Amino acid sequence: MTTTPLRMPATDARRTRSRGAERPSPVATAILLLGALYCLLPVLWVVTASTKNGAELFSTFTFSPSTHLWDNFIALTQYRNGLFWRWMLNTAIYAGVGALVSTFVSSLSGYVLAKFQFPGKGVVFTVLLMGVLVPGVILAIPQYFLLAQIGLTNTYWAVLLPQLISPYGIYLARIYAAAAVPTDVVEAGRTEGAGEFRIFLRLALPMMAPGLVTIFLFQFVAIWNNFMLPYIMLGDDHLFPITVGLSGLLNQGATVPALYTLVITGALLSIIPLIILFLVLQRFWKVDLAAGAVKA
Amino acid sequence: MRTSIRVAAILAAVALALGTAACSSGGGASSGPVNLTYWTWAPNMDKVAAIWNKSHPDIHVTVNKQDGGDAAVTKLLTAIKAGSGAPDVMQAEYQKLPTLVSANALADISGDGGSAAKKEFTSSAWNAVTLGGSALYAIPQDTGPMMFYYRTDIFSKLGLTVPKTWDEYAADAKAIHAADPTQYLGTFSSGDPGWFSGLTQQAGASWWSISGKAWGVNVDSAAAQKVAKYWGDLVQEGVIDNNPMYTPAWNAALNTGKQVGWVSAVWGPGVLAGNAADTKGKWAAAPLPQWNASSPSDGNWGGSSTGVTTQSKHPKEATEFAVWLNTNPTAIKALVADAAIYPADVNATKIALTTPPDFFSTQSDFYDIAAAASKTVAPFTYGPNVNVAYSAYTDEFAKAAQSKDSAQFLTALSNVQTTTRADLVKSGFTVK
Repeated sequence: MTTTPLRMPATDARRTRSRGAERPSPVATAILLLGALYCLLPVLWVVTASTKNGAELFSTFTFSPSTHLWDNFIALTQYRNGLFWRWMLNTAIYAGVGALVSTFVSSLSGYVLAKFQFPGKGVVFTVLLMGVLVPGVILAIPQYFLLAQIGLTNTYWAVLLPQLISPYGIYLARIYAAAAVPTDVVEAGRTEGAGEFRIFLRLALPMMAPGLVTIFLFQFVAIWNNFMLPYIMLGDDHLFPITVGLSGLLNQGATVPALYTLVITGALLSIIPLIILFLVLQRFWKVDLAAGAVKA
Repeated sequence: MRTSIRVAAILAAVALALGTAACSSGGGASSGPVNLTYWTWAPNMDKVAAIWNKSHPDIHVTVNKQDGGDAAVTKLLTAIKAGSGAPDVMQAEYQKLPTLVSANALADISGDGGSAAKKEFTSSAWNAVTLGGSALYAIPQDTGPMMFYYRTDIFSKLGLTVPKTWDEYAADAKAIHAADPTQYLGTFSSGDPGWFSGLTQQAGASWWSISGKAWGVNVDSAAAQKVAKYWGDLVQEGVIDNNPMYTPAWNAALNTGKQVGWVSAVWGPGVLAGNAADTKGKWAAAPLPQWNASSPSDGNWGGSSTGVTTQSKHPKEATEFAVWLNTNPTAIKALVADAAIYPADVNATKIALTTPPDFFSTQSDFYDIAAAASKTVAPFTYGPNVNVAYSAYTDEFAKAAQSKDSAQFLTALSNVQTTTRADLVKSGFTVK
């Protein structure tokens, strides 16, 4: 806004026109408000429900909070000697390590696909695009059979390995690499005598960083929320991520009541790290969007 | 640029840490004790296994807690198909045994010392784990003889007596609903096929039969039709509820006194304590109402056994554990105290079931009722496609219950029969 006095009259006129177009339309606002409610009401429900004890959960008014949040928290922490926190830690390992490695693999493959010419490149990229279209759920069972052959089911590897390659991440990385890494810079690096891997690590990777944050976030959230793969792969509940662990608390069999309050409190706690991650990383995301806008 | 190096260093460090972690967990001295993994979903089973591990230093059992029975069986079948990943010892519900046996997932343990346990169990429980043949596929663990729970305060307020027959149950249901239209003595649960099959079992039905190699499907028998029509009539009249059990609404109705009775099984107190804590002290247990009071009969809802999988490299040790777990007095005491199950072992009533469950602390004859009920459990044969029959039940009876039309209940039963039989034929079994 401080730059306005410096603008040329013509620009000002355009600005005014565009400001007129930007006047909030009541219909659009209503739709957006509805959308926000649609997204936020379940979260509000989780927050209020996690403050209720088992008796209040299904009897008191849905959105009226109660006073049992701390009790629920303690009960959840005490459940089978703090198994919940083990699940949180597991999820952090699966999502953290998985997303980091996957981002690295994606950036490497994306960079190669964007900056190198080699026979079969078109085929590789087409297969990759097809991979984007295949939902991970479909692959879970074949992946189980493959990992069972090398005896890796029911280990950390069973959940980590299949998530290291993300076709969507590679696709995004290719686009970021093509846009953010000028071929001249790569050429200059070669002229200076740097090896290809060194050029990638020292020149390309930092230039792609904002895009990689996006890939990291996508992959982190995808792994954090993944249910099917760990559900099939893991038999030992000390290896479970939070999604599978919480679902188990609801499916105890007919003879044991479902632990609704624990599951709801657990769900509330499990979204906190995601919120923190987004708050911390959203700066980079903004930078990325702005960078794109300037280039266009 | 420095950051990228740091990222790479972190990646390398993490990879290294993971590598060593995997090695340290995977590698164990091969000359040490035999290691067995045990999949079970009963609560606190690790505490029971700890007792075994203390007294048997040469055979170590690790408990992997599973989700309820269906999920564990699906996982086991996947692991069997994949050729690795199955546990040594597996908790399996009785109705899953034919499925597991036909998938070659459970080992015959009759030669590994399992048969010696026969004298500890009723013939109907033993029949369920041998599938009527000479092989032995599991050791019975718990049974679920059906019982009836009701709110004593409501019954005495309305001057009702505890129903001994299903006719009396229907009369009580009408009286309760007439006195307070928001109250129901029970509900017809289209979500619980095990509940309905238990009720038909009481009436004399057996959904499958086997003679030689040929399976028979008898879901739509006269006995089952009688049960379906009985519940259909009650739903049609509107004197009992038509919504499934184990929903949040049902939990709340138990707790707020809208559901004042529950046709359930011996493990009911645990569920009531969890779902209806506010009503503690107001419930009593009674035998299941009868079709013919002079010759009492009962059905099972739930109940499971302990099997040894075909992937186990130590079937003898695994069998030894399965037998110990379900027949050793110390183990049975722990099963009752920690895992809150009703042991199948006939001596359990003397050994461990001396005080009533906490939620029924004033009813000193609780386990006498249960023991009497378990003695009258009628024979019932499960087939290799129980999952198909059960999901057909859920689909068909959900429609019937919503229609509130008694005739629809009989149609639903006949549709379950058709679906189940067609699936068995399609799967390549010889069907009568």
